Amino acid sequence: MQNQNQPLLEVKGLKTYFYMEQDRVAKAVDDVSFTLKKGETLALVGESGSGKSITSLSIMRLIPSPPGKIVEGSVKLEGKELLTLSDRDMRRVRGNDIGMIFQEPMTSLNPVYTIGNQIAETLMKHKKMRKKEAYKRAVDLLKLVGFARAEEIVNEYPHQLSGGMRQRAMIAIAMSCDPKLLIADEPTTALDVTIQAQILDLMVEMKQKFDSSVLLITHDLGVVAEVADRVLVMYGGQIVEEATVYELFTNPKHPYTVGLLNSIPSLDEEVDRLDSIPGTVPPAHRFPHGCRFAPRCKHAMPECLEENPELRETDAHHKVRCYLYEEQGGEKVG
Amino acid sequence: MAEKEKLLEIKNLKKYFPVKGGVLQRTIGHVKAVDDVSFDIFKGETLGIVGESGSGKSTLGRTILKLLDPTEGSILFEGNELAKLSHRKMRPYRQNMQMVFQDPFASLNPRMSIGELIEEPMVVQQSMSKQERKDKVVDLLRKVGLPEEAREKYPHEFSGGQRQRIGIARALSINPKFIIGDEPVSALDVSVQSQVLNLMEDLQDEFDLTYLFIAHDLSVVKHISDRVGVMYLGRLAEIGPKEKIYSNPLHPYTQALLSAVPVPNVETKREKIYLKGELPSPSNPPAGCTFHTRCPEAHERCRLEKPEMVHQGEGQYVACHLYTPAAVK
Repeated sequence: MQNQNQPLLEVKGLKTYFYMEQDRVAKAVDDVSFTLKKGETLALVGESGSGKSITSLSIMRLIPSPPGKIVEGSVKLEGKELLTLSDRDMRRVRGNDIGMIFQEPMTSLNPVYTIGNQIAETLMKHKKMRKKEAYKRAVDLLKLVGFARAEEIVNEYPHQLSGGMRQRAMIAIAMSCDPKLLIADEPTTALDVTIQAQILDLMVEMKQKFDSSVLLITHDLGVVAEVADRVLVMYGGQIVEEATVYELFTNPKHPYTVGLLNSIPSLDEEVDRLDSIPGTVPPAHRFPHGCRFAPRCKHAMPECLEENPELRETDAHHKVRCYLYEEQGGEKVG
Repeated sequence: MAEKEKLLEIKNLKKYFPVKGGVLQRTIGHVKAVDDVSFDIFKGETLGIVGESGSGKSTLGRTILKLLDPTEGSILFEGNELAKLSHRKMRPYRQNMQMVFQDPFASLNPRMSIGELIEEPMVVQQSMSKQERKDKVVDLLRKVGLPEEAREKYPHEFSGGQRQRIGIARALSINPKFIIGDEPVSALDVSVQSQVLNLMEDLQDEFDLTYLFIAHDLSVVKHISDRVGVMYLGRLAEIGPKEKIYSNPLHPYTQALLSAVPVPNVETKREKIYLKGELPSPSNPPAGCTFHTRCPEAHERCRLEKPEMVHQGEGQYVACHLYTPAAVK
């Protein structure tokens, strides 16, 4: 065990670019740095095209190359640099240290193998278990994620399960090797609300049971409020705000975060008109000069169009990338 | 409140899809996608329909517009029965009823320019001259917040939110009275979603439209609707004014559904009601109340007897045995 203050995951200056035709470069992830503490659930939120999924895929080194490439930066898991590992060593990290759950369990489960086979395969490969032992563990894991008839489910195929059940099976696979880090990319987006509630709860339960940490990628701020400890808001390939979940929802600072929160219709209050952010997310090969949000921002000032602001700490546990907070510090955006 | 004028009356509407099987591909059963649904839609209101996947909400919308033929039941539009009309006899009514779909890219022909796309319904209805149609296209583009130059462009040149604006302009082109939106904002990012919701509200005021708004997102439906209906497994579980449905839901399913929505608020934590299991197959729905297999309040009667819609005051109706007087056995 290394020292206690060392973060579990440390991402520094990560840049992942996609090289497209006509010499266009999509800067999908452009200088992203953050840390994830042990035992923490860190949410990465953003709309489509913000770079949140590419960030998580870069951490797992699953960027399709070409056209994609991690051009710069460092990703350390318990101090160990992942970006320079050989493919073989990286595969070992993926099953053993990092578990993954994706949005569409049907596409990430292999349709021609039984559920039991897919869990056992992971265990045999990464934990060097024997077949019999692995199948026994698979049944235990399926019970753990809430299957009442686990003995039957091990012999069933993915198509025999519903969306929610598949996601449970996926969680069982992800947890099978007792990972230190669980990366969940939109894990409940394809599910109905009543099933979503079950799966979110299961994730929280599994995290505690296996003493792991979670990087949750989502577009849903409701899900964030429900399960995250800390939040990173991404826009245009960069982190624009970073805060504890309480800070972010009670005292949002970046005009983008504020706009986003105000454009969600509320279940608790009644508003006549929703706030909205004009325009759309810019494509990653054509980010505006200066602050990437400036063309859509109602507070944009001349300097915003000239230079991209830095991500700066305004209060303890709160960072924001916006000129409004550079000198005067801490004035609330309405 | 004065008696509101009914635009549509849906009575005992059913839409069953045959399930074929065996060597001879005979019908061996039915998927009861919409099973005995009745409600009214009043002029100028927005009726929201919520439900999870498989609840039959989309089939309901399509059946009302007669894109699917109803199996049974009646659809009265301004007092005229549509359910039995042939395709050809239906045509004059289509002018009054339009649909906006979830995926505007799939519903817009990629080979037609935006101008042609918006003009097409007017051409089909044959009521305007060429010049009138052209003027109308420009006018509609402005109304939905797109520049006039958009006319010459093609669907792929637009973002999801802009395409949904085009879909709305197209639906409006023949001055319908009634528009069904089938998950019209579900594919959009939240910042764009609110733009389209605001646009739909503005257009409703301007053109005196009546909406049936079908969606799975309870917060969105609450925002845009005047009344809300909750569907479960082909049936309407509860319907009423949105204030009633959201602040005082009566059906255990509505209660569970509302409690499960993750809310972007860290200060108010709500008590969650967990539902057991998953949605049963609509081809083999449970007997009695279709919700009894997952209902925390289920009792003997729910397994045996289908609950009828009962008025609970102020326009709130619920189909649940907790609210029906015990029947004589």
